[in-house]
Amino acid sequence: MSKISLKNMRHSYLANPAADADWALKTMSVDWSDGGAYALLGPSGCGKTTLLNIISGLLAPTEGTVWFGDKDVTNVPPDRRNIAQVFQFPVVYDTMSVYDNLAFPLRNRGVSEDDVDRRVREIATMLELDGMLTNRASGLTADGKQKISLGRGLVRDDVSAILFDEPLTVIDPHLKWVLRSKLKELHQRVGTTMIYVTHDQTEALTFADQVVVMHEGTVVQIGTPVELFERPRHTFVGHFIGSPGMNVLPCELEGGSPLFGGITVPTSQPIAHRPGGERLEIGVRPEFVTFAPEGIPVEIVRVSDAGRFSIVDTRHGDHSIKLLAPEGQELPSEGAHIRFDPGHTQVYADGWMVG
Amino acid sequence: MRKATWLAPTLYILFLMLPIYWLVNMSFKTTNEILNVFTLWPQNFTLENYEKIFTDSTWYNGYFNSLAYVLLNTAISVTAALPAAYAFSRYRFLGDKHLFFWLLTNRMAPPAVFALPFFQLYSAVNLFDTHIAVALAHTLFNIPLAVWILEGFMSGVPKELDETAYVDGYPFWRFFLRIFMPTIAAGIGVAAFFCFMFSWVELLLAKTLTAVVAKPIAATMTRTASTSGYELGLLAAAGTLTIVPGAFVIYFVRNYIAKGFALGRV
Amino acid sequence: MATKTYNPKAWLFVLPVVILVAFNALIPLMTVVNYSVQETFGDNVFFWEGVGWFEQVLHSERFHASLLRQLSFTGIILAIEVPLGVAIALTMPRRGPWVSVCLVFMAMPLLIPWNVVGATWNIFALPDIGLLGRGINAMGIDYNFTQQPLAAWFTTILMDVWHWTSLVVLLAYAGLRSIPDAYYQAAKIDGASGWAVFRHIQLPKMKRVLTIAILLRFMDSFMIYTEPFVLTGGGPGNTTTFLSIDLVKIALGQFDLGPAAAMSLIYFMIVLLLSWIFYTLMMRNEDQ
Repeated sequence: MSKISLKNMRHSYLANPAADADWALKTMSVDWSDGGAYALLGPSGCGKTTLLNIISGLLAPTEGTVWFGDKDVTNVPPDRRNIAQVFQFPVVYDTMSVYDNLAFPLRNRGVSEDDVDRRVREIATMLELDGMLTNRASGLTADGKQKISLGRGLVRDDVSAILFDEPLTVIDPHLKWVLRSKLKELHQRVGTTMIYVTHDQTEALTFADQVVVMHEGTVVQIGTPVELFERPRHTFVGHFIGSPGMNVLPCELEGGSPLFGGITVPTSQPIAHRPGGERLEIGVRPEFVTFAPEGIPVEIVRVSDAGRFSIVDTRHGDHSIKLLAPEGQELPSEGAHIRFDPGHTQVYADGWMVG
Repeated sequence: MRKATWLAPTLYILFLMLPIYWLVNMSFKTTNEILNVFTLWPQNFTLENYEKIFTDSTWYNGYFNSLAYVLLNTAISVTAALPAAYAFSRYRFLGDKHLFFWLLTNRMAPPAVFALPFFQLYSAVNLFDTHIAVALAHTLFNIPLAVWILEGFMSGVPKELDETAYVDGYPFWRFFLRIFMPTIAAGIGVAAFFCFMFSWVELLLAKTLTAVVAKPIAATMTRTASTSGYELGLLAAAGTLTIVPGAFVIYFVRNYIAKGFALGRV
Repeated sequence: MATKTYNPKAWLFVLPVVILVAFNALIPLMTVVNYSVQETFGDNVFFWEGVGWFEQVLHSERFHASLLRQLSFTGIILAIEVPLGVAIALTMPRRGPWVSVCLVFMAMPLLIPWNVVGATWNIFALPDIGLLGRGINAMGIDYNFTQQPLAAWFTTILMDVWHWTSLVVLLAYAGLRSIPDAYYQAAKIDGASGWAVFRHIQLPKMKRVLTIAILLRFMDSFMIYTEPFVLTGGGPGNTTTFLSIDLVKIALGQFDLGPAAAMSLIYFMIVLLLSWIFYTLMMRNEDQ
């Protein structure tokens, strides 16, 4: 088992990529430490699956290298990479029994039948499949089939990472939660690196220690769920994670502080001077916006109840700003003002955080 | 390993094209050249053979005759098969399974067995030597096939579509024509393609049921080959021309071929 | 499978089909049955003959010989066309612009009228003017399908392979196309060999379409008439006189309607029986 590194890697599906948009994955260098539980989060079409297939070896990157520990595996085929992958739609070998399905990767590698039997039974118990080992795999339900796919990865003791490509897509909603906790439990038990691709932030945040957020072929941030929430490095992360997403408002800089609609917005640290020509924005999450006696004047547009708090839509000029008010808080009726928490107010230049 | 995979299909296509090339090649040669010298391509390139076909009414009428009964057959087969396929895919009724199997067995009937009785039957009803006779006779094997294909496609359409339409107050025939048929348009296209194909290539029955008025092009061809000696150039030109409509049809359905051969369900 | 509702009115839907097919199938069939039990000396005068014709046909060496030829022919072409068709389908590109090109070219022989197929192969294989005939003779092999039985068989089989292998290719290809990419990717990661991918992924997915392919090829090759008739006329001698050719010779050549009709029915029964056995076996396999 070892660390997985992508070094100066980028990929295009076109033969002669020219424009920036031709690259499915833009230049990136990412390290995945051994034994981590990662989620690869982003909307459809952002390059998550491409990245996953490059790690597993189903695709060779156009440029750059892939390393497992200190070994360059860029051109090593998937079956010799010690990788397992679970796909969106369950893949089982229909003609085989559950047992033979689980044994298949081992038998292909010439493992002795005794060891095969021991491993298969061990994994079957772990996945609660022991009762149905002799059944035809084609007769199983979707979650059973997905367990087999996972089992075919776990059964090999040489696997250094298991990759999941939206594995819960076809699972019934009430079983999703069960299977997800099972995964989490398995990760703690076997300690294998797991990389879990999803577009669902709840899945990502509950499964992973580290979340890798992707947007248009770029890794925009890698961090713990808390980091993503409190210090989004890119406005996309602010939008995509959290419900409702971060407020993003245009601003100007004056003397180290952002100005929004002519009003100075305090930040915890002064912002360094920026060269001109950039799109400057303030980002602040609704959680860190409060009503105040003075600050930015707003009118309240709508209030919707979301359980322990209410989501308040307010408006300043053309700009909509959302904030969360604790349940039962009395809302100012007229002449309302809001203020942003300086410790959680960030400034972004062309989408990227600058302070 | 990866590299060599294009080799097999290429060789196979080459093998398929060789006899066709030879036929086309010969159609541009004079009879004299065909019989006296062996040449890989025409030395004295001539359009004489084609000219003869396009100016002699026994030849080009054969062409129209073939197209007439093939199109007629395709229309009859698909029209009759549509409601039947719908019944098989949506309802249970008395004897449904046996009926389906009985239809299929008719595809297994060797045309040679039916040649003579067909001749007598269609003579008896005064349809001998008409386009409609051949078109009707070919429904024997095309209707079972069309029902089979359409049933496959229709079973892929969820029943909820029908039910929603009824709830919305559509009368059955309007639902069938306006909603259901467009939904399975690909299936209808595929079924029509197969009917066209089998009716176009079948000759034993077509020849038996026609004499002069409705004689198919391919039959005109065999007659020429045997009666007026061995006019090979003419024969080759006529043969080449019978390939053209097929090639057109394939070109139009090229994107559905793979799907069509799965008969709607794999 | 959604459950179907019981509806006796559905008969109205199938009625046109039943009428059309019955008109074409039942009346001629009755005629054939009628002939098969009678004797005629012309002038439309018939005498009851009972099962005499059937006994005669079943015991005639001529029938045995053409049946044997037919079975050998069908066996050989199935043994060549099915594996060859599957192999070609496996090597075809899975997607891209070449797919259409391949499919269009491969489907071509299927849309050529059957006697044109025979005529094309005739002029292609003739030893004096045909490319194939000349080619084989140029290699130093004495080849003339109009006179040598072996050469006639070789040419007839090659023609059938040329004519029909594409049907198997297209069916098998349709089956292969329905396999999602993830199956191939999972197999790669599981370290499956090319054979294992074929055995456990591709073959199971092709099973249904292959059943259809074999059934169609079996039925059609058993009924083959026009192509070999135009190519060899059943000769040299009787060496390529398959069942249908023999049947037409008896019925139209010698006008022995009784024996021809009895033979037709026996022949039809054989096709029906073998198809049914094969179909049932395959379907039972599927249910397991």
